[in-house]
Amino acid sequence: MAASSASEYIKHHLGNLTYGRLPEGYERLDHHGDVVETLQTSTWTFAHNGQEAADMGFMAFHVDSLAWAGGLGIIMCLLFWLVARKATAGVPTGFMNFMESIIEFVDNQVRDTFHGKSKLIAPLSLVIFCWVFLMNLMDLIPVDLFPKLFEWTMVTFFGWDAHQAYFKIVPTTDPNITLAMSFSVMLLIIGFTVKAKGFGGFVGELAFKPFETDNIVLKLLLLPVNLVLETISLLSKPVSLGLRLFGNMYAGEFVFILVAAMMGTWQFIGAWPWAVFHILVITLQAFIFMVLTIVYLSMAVEEH
Amino acid sequence: MNINATLIGQAIWFALFVIFCMKFVWPPISKALEERKQKIAEGLSAADRAERDLVLAQEKASSNLKEAKEKASEIIEQANKRANQIVEEAKDQARTEGERLIEKAQSEIDQEINRAREELRKEVSALALSGAEQVLGREVNRDAHKQLLDDLAAQL
Repeated sequence: MAASSASEYIKHHLGNLTYGRLPEGYERLDHHGDVVETLQTSTWTFAHNGQEAADMGFMAFHVDSLAWAGGLGIIMCLLFWLVARKATAGVPTGFMNFMESIIEFVDNQVRDTFHGKSKLIAPLSLVIFCWVFLMNLMDLIPVDLFPKLFEWTMVTFFGWDAHQAYFKIVPTTDPNITLAMSFSVMLLIIGFTVKAKGFGGFVGELAFKPFETDNIVLKLLLLPVNLVLETISLLSKPVSLGLRLFGNMYAGEFVFILVAAMMGTWQFIGAWPWAVFHILVITLQAFIFMVLTIVYLSMAVEEH
Repeated sequence: MNINATLIGQAIWFALFVIFCMKFVWPPISKALEERKQKIAEGLSAADRAERDLVLAQEKASSNLKEAKEKASEIIEQANKRANQIVEEAKDQARTEGERLIEKAQSEIDQEINRAREELRKEVSALALSGAEQVLGREVNRDAHKQLLDDLAAQL
């Protein structure tokens, strides 16, 4: 495979299927760089290339990420719902036993770390662990399988150009997905803190820590320093949480894509050992995301 | 790798799934697990109790058996004693009966002897009388010598 086509292949694999708004007067180019059309009004459309996706700014959705994340989440919820509907105190069947063991595992993690009372945190941890695991699991599917299927479908039935058929099936290699989850967790951290310590307590934690003093003048002097430090510490939690998952999955996906780009049809020779190793990574990352969420929330509730 | 409204979409998915699990998944399953835990604990304690009961029952059965054995041997002993007693009594009875029979026989013999002696005496006195008559050649007055004759008979 030639170098330019290899880099194109990799770029294509790293692009998301983006549906968003292009501004008025935007000049759409084809992949040779020629102007195809100039938009008369601002238009919601699928991005034809990475530049368009970037130019859409914030008003854009990664359709593939959202669809896979949502689909996997729905499948997960359905499976759980099936188990919940048939849950009895009697002898569980094989599948129910499996699901119950996951639930007990999560429950133990929550009980070990979080000592407050909350109806939210256990199901939250369950969703995080299982959902992130399922999304990560998509990494083990051969990198070309679904993108090629999607490309073939769109080219055959919808008359798309093959270049615009971006398709990423691993939602957690999209920072939007991981950061959305980690910032949701941050909102929960703030919510838990306010609920446990009151709004004053929350503000007090931001303003009067980590440098504490009884002197009122010193307190005021230290206030900006504390505020900056604590705000950074509060924000660094979701950022590190989201980026850790994203970075691990992105790196793993990148290796699969590189192997595929180098070996083509024979990619499984290189991809198989990496996939075996990756089973550990995807489970571990899902576990870490869950455990850190529990830890952050229990820190939010407990007194320092 | 652009940051965009996907964030919001994913946050909505997240919230939906968490709420769904919080409402419809976690409560029934954790309730079922809790119930099962309780059921198993009850079952285990029931098994413990049954085991204890079994031990108690075995102890009771063995003590009953022992008691029964003791009673049985006691009864046998008593029966033996009683049998011996009966045998002794029977022996005693037989002995006294025998003695009585012997005594009776003896007294009968004595009576026979006396009677024989009486008869003999009478015959002897008659013989003596006739002898004496023949010797004296005359009749002896029976009434006059009655005393003498009786004395003679008594000496025989």
